[in-house]
Amino acid sequence: MAPRRPDVDPTAAVKDRSMQRQKELIASYYDRLAAVPETGEKTVATFVPGNLTELLLSFDIVPILPEINALQSGMRQKSAGYINEAERMGHSEDVCTYVKCDVGMLAGGNIGPTGKILPAADMLLLSYTGCFTFMKWFELLREEYKCPTVFLQTPYQARGEVTPEMRQYMIEQLKKVVIPSLEQLTGKKFDIDRLREALTLSARAEDDLVAVLESAKHRPSPIDSYFGGVYYIGPIFTAFRGTQEGCDYYAMLRKEVEQRIADGRGPTTPEGDLEDERFRLVVEGPPNWTNFREFWKMFYDEGAVVVASTYTKVGGLYDRGFRHDPSDPLGTLADYCLGCYTNLSLPKRVELLSDYVNEYEADGFLINSVKSCASFSAGQLLILREVEERTGRAGGFIESDLVDPRYFSGANIKNRIESYLQMVDQKRSAGVTS
Amino acid sequence: MTRTCQEIAAYSERLYYDLEFGSCKAWKEDGGGHCVGYMPVYAPREVIHAAGAMPVGIVGAGDWLEVIRGDAYYQSYLCHIPRSTVDLAVTGRLEFLDGMLFPSTCDVIRNLSGMWQMLRPETYSRYVDVPQNFDPEIGGRFWEHELRELARELGEVTGTEVTDARLRASIKLFDENRAVVNEMYALRRDQPHRAPTSEVYLVLRAGNVVDVETHTALVREYIDTAKATDRPDMDNSRVVIVGTFCEQPPLGLIKSIERSGCFVVDDDMLLVSRWFTADPAPDGDPFGALARAFVDHTVPTAVMYSPTSGRGKALVERVRRARAEGVIFAAPSFCVPALLDQPMLVAELDREGIPYTAFKYSENTGQFGPIREQTGTFADTMKLWSAA
Ligand code: SF4
Ligand code: SF4
Repeated sequence: MAPRRPDVDPTAAVKDRSMQRQKELIASYYDRLAAVPETGEKTVATFVPGNLTELLLSFDIVPILPEINALQSGMRQKSAGYINEAERMGHSEDVCTYVKCDVGMLAGGNIGPTGKILPAADMLLLSYTGCFTFMKWFELLREEYKCPTVFLQTPYQARGEVTPEMRQYMIEQLKKVVIPSLEQLTGKKFDIDRLREALTLSARAEDDLVAVLESAKHRPSPIDSYFGGVYYIGPIFTAFRGTQEGCDYYAMLRKEVEQRIADGRGPTTPEGDLEDERFRLVVEGPPNWTNFREFWKMFYDEGAVVVASTYTKVGGLYDRGFRHDPSDPLGTLADYCLGCYTNLSLPKRVELLSDYVNEYEADGFLINSVKSCASFSAGQLLILREVEERTGRAGGFIESDLVDPRYFSGANIKNRIESYLQMVDQKRSAGVTS
Repeated sequence: MTRTCQEIAAYSERLYYDLEFGSCKAWKEDGGGHCVGYMPVYAPREVIHAAGAMPVGIVGAGDWLEVIRGDAYYQSYLCHIPRSTVDLAVTGRLEFLDGMLFPSTCDVIRNLSGMWQMLRPETYSRYVDVPQNFDPEIGGRFWEHELRELARELGEVTGTEVTDARLRASIKLFDENRAVVNEMYALRRDQPHRAPTSEVYLVLRAGNVVDVETHTALVREYIDTAKATDRPDMDNSRVVIVGTFCEQPPLGLIKSIERSGCFVVDDDMLLVSRWFTADPAPDGDPFGALARAFVDHTVPTAVMYSPTSGRGKALVERVRRARAEGVIFAAPSFCVPALLDQPMLVAELDREGIPYTAFKYSENTGQFGPIREQTGTFADTMKLWSAA
């Protein structure tokens, strides 16, 4: 059973102040979007990996993030209907459910996850970073919105390195394609100083986020880097990177986490603090959103804490040293896009996961392979074997999907997690006794 | 002695079924040099050739290899071509390759490039990141640099430097090859009863595993023979097949479509053979010419970004040019590019009133009955429509 504080009412979600603040920020973002018809603000739809939030903010543009809309719809149990609608319209069952969720939502009047109508995008910024689906997704949306589409290609780090030519290619695209398009859309001149200001704020928030993520090296870990992690990355992955509000949020979060360390407390869960950390895990792959709480519970009920995850790096690998750099505004945007987790080669992913297992002293690592996402999933079985071999720690493999509840088989996943954790336990005891 | 169309097809079919790549190995042993593999959809074969290597098209193992080990590398919800390709690799069948290129076709092939680095660390491999920006000064420049890097590395592998003169000569050979392939496609379009797709495909496919000059001669021989051979015309429906640009449909499936009453008058199989819609400039810097041809004259396909909306317009044009009556969407199961493209193409066909039917296949699909029934009904319906 879940090792938790006895005084906690398990039916009530216990929230830290930062969690409340996170919720408010995301709600304010959706309110801002809903108010666009009145405010007249320009909107640009774009993707989380390789997002250019600071650049958009420097033009007073509000980003629309279809991936976030889809995952929010999944968490609010709306995605099944949207996916159904998209499949009824002829979209294949074999493709990414984020796309179908978005297409279905649009067909149903573009009512966003919070129940308010989302504005049409004035422009699609197709930041092509680390996922082929992105390209088709925006080609599909372009047919609906009939708005300009701007393409930004991020070369793939196939050999685990960024060459000067890759970087230069991106800078050229930013200079000659992206920025002129944003100028045209907004009627404003590109203001490099505003961009620099935003980048400065980004770097500050990134420092705090990294401190939060790395706090999981403590025992017990004060955070869960996957289930809790997705809340932590929410603001920086959406519209708040490069803003004062974003900075304040991460400063607050960091303080809270530091306090947790000082108090020797474990991570927060929907049922209170986790007191007895029995397993420290590294997780690869996105979570399931439709049954997020149920999924999370399968871990904390067993005392399993995720101490590092790759999913929380799709919007930037800050913990490996990258910071937005105001002294080189366009170069840093290029570096940012090039360095997102989804843009890493498989050998680099193996290396990162193995490093996480070692650095965070994890007992094992688990892959949640989602049906939707070839970018993540293709090759994960080899990753599993390689990481096991390199770290000597037990690897586990489960399958689900992002926002299609048809592919979340609760009983099956629970069984697998339980047997996996038993295996970890055995391996660990064998290690101690041998 | 002259060969009949059937004999040319039978020769090509032997190559098609040869999973030991005997033709490539023989070429190497004859002093040909090196072999460098490439996966779909596009690889600059001219550069490989100019480095003194035979470009070898690797498109999985079809339906005649029982994939055992490859399945252990892939989840059930991914397409089949990577698992059979891995199977070929781990069973030693690709040992003869001195290098392998993985074009930026989709995330599955992209990730396979990383798997290759881990599975075959001793052999040269490279991910070929084609530009999706078609401005010669931006995407063109990036691509030209990629081509030069590729040439430099291949030169190190083979020991043959890719000089401008060598590359220019290779470009010319592939221009000639593309010209005959286009001619074969035109023959099939105009007289499909003389050049059935089950033969055309095999002849085309032979280009994956023989050197370019041999292939050009083979296609030429087939065209000449087909033109000179009387075959009965049939009252079939004319269709364009779309979605087959990567994982290949099994030969049995192609035959089933034909037997169900369809003339395939255009398709997107093995697009690498007709990638450029116009030849690279013959003079000047050959790297620049190849790069420029790519950004200016790439054939529209699902894996390339379309800077303007209306993706389906190019398909409608193809349908009209081929005087086709309908479209068959044949996509590999779980093929992200093909399946995400389809709704856009369908929308345009709907607008234009062009009939279509759709199914999914896998390279190892063994049951063609249902597909034959589906395409047969489709062919009949088209006939009824056009008669009405
Ligand atoms: S395929 Fe994967 S990375 Fe791409 S949009 Fe879908 S979930 Fe995101
Ligand atoms: S069949 Fe489709 S998804 Fe599979 S490797 Fe080819 S292009 Fe990619």
